Amino acid sequence: MQIDPIRQFQIKNLIPMVNIGGHQIDFTNSALFMFIIVGFVSALLIGATAPRAMVPGRLQSIAEMSYEFVAHTVRSTTGNEGMKFFPFVFTLFMFVLFANVIGLIPYSFTVTSQLIVTAALSLLVFFIVVGYGFWHNGLHFLNLFVPKGVPKLILPAIVVIEVLSFVSRPVSHSVRLFANMLAGHITLQVFAGFIIMLAGAGVLGIFGATLPFIMVVLLSALEVLVAFLQAYVFAILTCIYLNDAIHPGH
Amino acid sequence: MVRAAFKERACRDRCEPRVSESMSDARDNGEHDKQQTSEAALSARLQRLNEGLGHARDAVRPASDGSGADRATTASGYARGFRLSSELVAGVVVGAGIGWLIDRWLGISPWGLVVFLLLGFAAGVLNVMRSAGLVAGTALDNTGPEHREK
Repeated sequence: MQIDPIRQFQIKNLIPMVNIGGHQIDFTNSALFMFIIVGFVSALLIGATAPRAMVPGRLQSIAEMSYEFVAHTVRSTTGNEGMKFFPFVFTLFMFVLFANVIGLIPYSFTVTSQLIVTAALSLLVFFIVVGYGFWHNGLHFLNLFVPKGVPKLILPAIVVIEVLSFVSRPVSHSVRLFANMLAGHITLQVFAGFIIMLAGAGVLGIFGATLPFIMVVLLSALEVLVAFLQAYVFAILTCIYLNDAIHPGH
Repeated sequence: MVRAAFKERACRDRCEPRVSESMSDARDNGEHDKQQTSEAALSARLQRLNEGLGHARDAVRPASDGSGADRATTASGYARGFRLSSELVAGVVVGAGIGWLIDRWLGISPWGLVVFLLLGFAAGVLNVMRSAGLVAGTALDNTGPEHREK
């Protein structure tokens, strides 16, 4: 039996759609899972808040808790002014969270394990920060790159470094989420592969196979933690970057 | 200078917890007042120090907040290590990319790559220190407590 830990990330074309300028645009399994994620999030939030009970039921408390959690994150990072970005941050958080969690289900596809998806999300954040920064503050936004109290002599170098640091944000923002998901899923797959290989090696192997099996159980728990953590980190970093756009300097 | 030193010596037994700032005030007053004012000045100074410390702490705290989920990540050293390494790599990669593009556009290979790789490395280190909360970033300076509470 061939064990290929990369196979789970393969993009498959499900429904051929259109051909635009020589690029084949298809409905892939990735797109399918994005629809599933959006469907789940919408169903949860719309369905849970439909009763509008004064004393929330189970689903409604999940919805309220997720609202309060993200609202607290946004407010504590960007202040009340940042609350106008709450819908954006909440959407990102729920999308990433559900993508990570749904990706943990065997045979499903992890949307956030594709660099292009996380890069698109983080570039969206980046351009919103730049766009809103210039729209809200005008050229004052550029003060972000000029730290105070730096000697004039080395200021040009510092400004270049600050700009590079700013430009490198979407890279680390997207790579972090992508690589965490990718690495976690590959590790799981490899250890699961050990179980099969050992179990195929006779009686002794079956006893040996319990070791990687324990490992897989523990890793699954870790992956659940990572799925939540990375969604949270993605959201809070978005807030921090948005904060720069809202308050770029005194 | 000499007189100040002499005064200081003469005064040392009376007003032990004297602080340099209170000296000029205390010198003009009488013996009894001197002790009181220096004590008042000391407590005022202590209070000021406390406030300063509070501000400094506030300035540092957003930095560790800014690193993203301090509480959550200390639970997982793996996540923390990963976060810092990705910051460094991102800085270097972006620097190298920009240097390479500049080389291509201006045809000054390899100087753009050399310079921007180094600058990118510096930016990466800055990213890491910022996300570890060792340096209060520009963004974090600006969002002092007064902004935050708005």
